[in-house]
Amino acid sequence: MALKPFYNEMYAEDGSVRPQYAAFADWLNNTPPEKIAQNRQAADLLFHRVGITFAVYGETTGTERLIPFDIVPHVIPGRKWEEMARGLTQRISALNAFLHDVYHEQNILKAGKVPADKVLENSQFRPEMMHVNVPGGIYAHVAGIDLVKDADGEYYVLEDNLRTPSGVSYLLENRKMMMRLFPELFAAQTIRPVDHYPDLLLETLRNAAPIGVDNPTIVLMTPGHFNSAYFEHAFLAQQMGIELVEGIDLFVQDDTVFMRTTQGPQKVDVIYRRIDDDFIDPLAFRSDSMLGVPGLMKAYRAGRVTLANAVGTGIADDKSLYPYVPDMIRFYLGEEPILKNVHTWMLGRKEDLDYVIANMQDLVIKEAQGSGGYGMLVGPTSTKDERERYKQRVLDAPERFIAQPTLSLSTCPTFTDKGLAPRHIDLRPYVLSGKSVNFVPGGLTRVALREGSLVVNSSQGGGVKDTWIVD
Amino acid sequence: MLSRTASTLYWMSRYVERAENTARILDVAYRMSLLTKDPDLQDQEWFAPLNITGTLFPFSGRHSIVCAKEVLHFMALDPDNPSSIYNCAKQARENARAVRGSITSEMWEVLNATWLEMQNMDEDRLYARGISTFFEWVKERSHLFRGVTFGTIRRDEAFQFHRLGTYMERADNTARILDVKYHVLLPSITDVGGAVDYYQWSAVLRSVSAFESYRKVYRDTVSPLRIAELLILRDDIPRSLHFCLRDVYKILVDVQNRNSAEATRQAGEIYAALQFGRMSDIFNTGLHEYLTDFLASTDKLGAEINRSFFAPELQVAS
Repeated sequence: MALKPFYNEMYAEDGSVRPQYAAFADWLNNTPPEKIAQNRQAADLLFHRVGITFAVYGETTGTERLIPFDIVPHVIPGRKWEEMARGLTQRISALNAFLHDVYHEQNILKAGKVPADKVLENSQFRPEMMHVNVPGGIYAHVAGIDLVKDADGEYYVLEDNLRTPSGVSYLLENRKMMMRLFPELFAAQTIRPVDHYPDLLLETLRNAAPIGVDNPTIVLMTPGHFNSAYFEHAFLAQQMGIELVEGIDLFVQDDTVFMRTTQGPQKVDVIYRRIDDDFIDPLAFRSDSMLGVPGLMKAYRAGRVTLANAVGTGIADDKSLYPYVPDMIRFYLGEEPILKNVHTWMLGRKEDLDYVIANMQDLVIKEAQGSGGYGMLVGPTSTKDERERYKQRVLDAPERFIAQPTLSLSTCPTFTDKGLAPRHIDLRPYVLSGKSVNFVPGGLTRVALREGSLVVNSSQGGGVKDTWIVD
Repeated sequence: MLSRTASTLYWMSRYVERAENTARILDVAYRMSLLTKDPDLQDQEWFAPLNITGTLFPFSGRHSIVCAKEVLHFMALDPDNPSSIYNCAKQARENARAVRGSITSEMWEVLNATWLEMQNMDEDRLYARGISTFFEWVKERSHLFRGVTFGTIRRDEAFQFHRLGTYMERADNTARILDVKYHVLLPSITDVGGAVDYYQWSAVLRSVSAFESYRKVYRDTVSPLRIAELLILRDDIPRSLHFCLRDVYKILVDVQNRNSAEATRQAGEIYAALQFGRMSDIFNTGLHEYLTDFLASTDKLGAEINRSFFAPELQVAS
């Protein structure tokens, strides 16, 4: 299968600069290479000094790396963003409605729109959450929806992240860096600001407090400073002025959560937790977890404390449920989806499996429950040998895999060793759900730095860019 | 504030202060070794830093002879020596990282940048840069951290526990410097110093940045009794025991909780003894004995602070 030519974010097919990039292209053309190199070095140095690093799994404990930052922004015209924003609001509203439904009446299962076994037999479905009422019916307070643009210039949703999506601190730091390096570009055009994200997040968390709590004590719960996203946890806690706690700082008494402070125990009302369901309470989930708080789940079910995100959101972002999201939108909202889904084959189905096995070299195959870009096969760039081995894994348990066409991810000019070259990007907007749905314009743009690579995850050699919504 | 956070802030500050004082101690040893041409006496000078920091034993376990290069490496750069300047910089940064939400970005950046530069330091670079230049750098980083802290942090509990760590560590370090140096310098209080002794005494003062203060306070030649008075009993010398314990006491009053009465009492007791103590009594007791007692009581106070603030009872008051 011949790939369609990639959509280049900066240059149109005829080589002209797209209007939203006019100001940046001007700067690029009129700035001597030495000055550009200087700016890139300055960015590296600043990120290092500020300590914006992430830990890498699978390497020696404590290895910290700088996430590569590229100074060419991902620019999106304002009117296009408005449309995307409507699509994101629609999608997250349906996903929250779905979560409320599957943990209560399960109407969508009864209506046959989503196969019941796909939900009820899924390890991400938490029976502990049945008939638990969460404040405002909101489950996914913070969501990261990954979008890609195909060769036709249309946006597609690649996946929904409804558990503990990370990366928003890079979005904020990238913008700070760009304003430092290119003040003249910010002065010359209207680039929508993003710095108020911590305010929006705090407001979302305050709104999530248990009923009757007027001035809630909110904390951010981290697995600890060896976690890959620890920098972000500390950063957000500081920006919001809330305590950054670990499991050992909390305890539960009489279904009430307290933190240990220098002035004695203090009651906690809302926990923005950046730790997976499995680890939050050794009494309810994994008993070997040293990170959690014994009794937390019981206090949560009693409505004495709010967890954001709620327990059990994993059932709505599981890759095996992803194909049904458009139907969820139709079912709960009675609307047609604004953002498109990528066509997905579910290998548990005989006819899908046969097609995928016959066309492995054209498809991307991944585990329904994987994350971070690990354990996936990118057909067009794989060797015959890799495909053979992957085929065996698929045939051993086909229902655990899904496949999608290889998207021609759009590219954005990016600085490489050999100068400016196109590299594939995606976009993760962060969507906050409370009384209403909120977000800061744009999102985190991730870029695959290896030539031809489609994997943008930071753990796999991905970098980041600032995202500009310009009017 | 979280107990774990308070504890981490306290230790972060202790490590910064320890790095600074170790640099001061090494700088004095280095300057003193320059005063003599006799290689045996030169090496003798390098015993002092090991004695002061209580690391003579671990050091001698791994090194056959004490000499400048070895001590310098052990105390400044050795990753295996838990109290080397290298490790202090590392621990200060690690602790800061664990409480990044409670300190200002500027404070974090100072400790992070210090650690990044420290990591690039090796023996060759140390000598190429100049030994004293390195000590100056360590002191400057500590000064910078203190200044940035005072200039940026809200006057909340985080600030109090940061200062508590600083003063507990400094009191300990000043007492140790005095103890070892007096032992070396002055077998008896009536000994009359020669020219070399003069330089040695002034080096002690310089190691705690108190030489100029001494001149201003006494307007006289340097004498051991007054040095001891200056560094123990004066309440206006920022590295004196009196000064440190007064602040420790005041902080403990400010941050007191249901469990901390005993810590406050112990601090008050040590502070009162310094406030109303007389030099003649201290010398009658014996300076070494006095300082040994002082170190024991501040150790005990440290344990009490830990019990009342950092490892509090888990039960909710009913």
